[in-house]
Amino acid sequence: MTKDMLIIDNITKRFGGLMANQNVSFSIAEGEIIGLIGPNGAGKSTLFNCISCYYNADGGRILFHGADISKKTPEAICRMGIGRTFQIVRIFKEMTVRENIMIGAFLKHVKLCDATAKAEETADLFGFTEKLDLPAGSLTISDQKRLEVARVFATEPKVLLLDEMMAGLNIQEVRETTDLILKLRDMGITLVLVEHVMEGIMPIANRVIVLDYGEKIAEGTPDEVVNNDKVIQAYFGKKYHAKRRGRTAPLQ
Amino acid sequence: MEGLFIQTLVSGLLIGFLYALIAVGLTMIFGMMDIVNFAHGDYLMVAMYFSFWCFALFGMDPLYSLPAVTLLLFGLGILTYYLLIKPIINAPMLSQIFVTFGVLIFLRGLATFLWKVDYRMIPQTVLSGNIHLGDVYIGIPQLTAAAGAIICNGLVLWFLKKTRLGMALEAVAEDKEAARLMGINSDRMFALAWGIGIATVGVAGALLTSFYYVFPEVGANFGLIAFVVVALGGFGSVTGAFAAGIIVGLVEVLSGFLIGPQFKFMFVLVLYLGVVFIRPQGLLGKK
Repeated sequence: MTKDMLIIDNITKRFGGLMANQNVSFSIAEGEIIGLIGPNGAGKSTLFNCISCYYNADGGRILFHGADISKKTPEAICRMGIGRTFQIVRIFKEMTVRENIMIGAFLKHVKLCDATAKAEETADLFGFTEKLDLPAGSLTISDQKRLEVARVFATEPKVLLLDEMMAGLNIQEVRETTDLILKLRDMGITLVLVEHVMEGIMPIANRVIVLDYGEKIAEGTPDEVVNNDKVIQAYFGKKYHAKRRGRTAPLQ
Repeated sequence: MEGLFIQTLVSGLLIGFLYALIAVGLTMIFGMMDIVNFAHGDYLMVAMYFSFWCFALFGMDPLYSLPAVTLLLFGLGILTYYLLIKPIINAPMLSQIFVTFGVLIFLRGLATFLWKVDYRMIPQTVLSGNIHLGDVYIGIPQLTAAAGAIICNGLVLWFLKKTRLGMALEAVAEDKEAARLMGINSDRMFALAWGIGIATVGVAGALLTSFYYVFPEVGANFGLIAFVVVALGGFGSVTGAFAAGIIVGLVEVLSGFLIGPQFKFMFVLVLYLGVVFIRPQGLLGKK
């Protein structure tokens, strides 16, 4: 097993009286695909915001290659090699596809021609070659989501945090997205995915972490997690869980 | 009569380029962070005084002191951002208006206090003189100012569209948070926008000093015209400001010529009202 590159250590985030994250801890090894799941309002996006230092956590530490990054700024996090996307796409709609990716590429490529080359190379990888000169705002939603990943990919991150890449996509697009994620993994990028689309995330995740009401309630392989009592309760409620257990118990 | 008409058109065009240059900084700062700088014209006044004193004290021609004035105003813009604008960047619009309006009053008051309300003018500069083209006389200072304005506007546009820093500025203008996640320090970009925005009025002020009076209220008129230009071109649009500057310049001189000089600003302001009523987003503005 490779060593842990990102360690989430007892992260707590409050919004007034609401505990959005409560003592969440887990670690991520290099080259892994981690699924972060949980019902709506479980604190998944908040945790993303804490890792990318969009919010500063109220307690706990986030270690990246051994250094505590929990008090840094989002731009510093990006420069260290942690990229993220948003649940609701936030591309630069007024700019072209090429310019969008260039903004990301500028982080590592100071010269205009280098950044352009990097942007075009990235566009190839993400299937934007034909659409380089279109205004980003004119793309379809699934293209916009992919463009957001392409843009952050161009910053050459080591870890990518992708927030609900697959939400609202059709089956074909979900399949393309999972292919893309595997391709990114093969290129050496560690991925953390917040996802509601189980058929998208479960086949590709090495491990799945489940949050509910701000706390981590389960962690394990996709198989372990879907059969976990707490997870079933969190998703379907106690009543359904009791019924399901009642029906299946005699068979076991 | 025909010659006079062409003469009028030419002067309108020349002053229009300068209006465009004065407005470009205003529209840029607004486009970046939705803050209207009411003191914009008064930074022009500061630049003009600096130019004037360089001449009066050191005998430096406004053309030669232009780089220094530009640099000084760049610094002043950055200072203004960190000192006054940064604390109110997320404040309600009213507070933002009060702050930039306060700067306006402060700068005018300071200039009146230090240099009195006298009108000052540089009698003779290296640019003094005219060019004759048939019936048309073109003042060399005005021609230089127009050329300088075109170059400076072109540079700003090139910077925004074709450089790394300029594109980072545009990214921050469009979505500050998304830009931060691309590793862009939005704070520094805002400061840069103020630096460049105020430096452009520095250039305009230096060019203007070789043919215009310097007095504490000089910013009022030019500031007002800059607002008309920005509204006409579309708030935040640099190319729009360029086109609108020329239109305003032409409207001003043509109405002065055809109707009467006392009415020229009235027509500029009527133009402004027309834009607000008919096309509030301006010529090249969005939404």
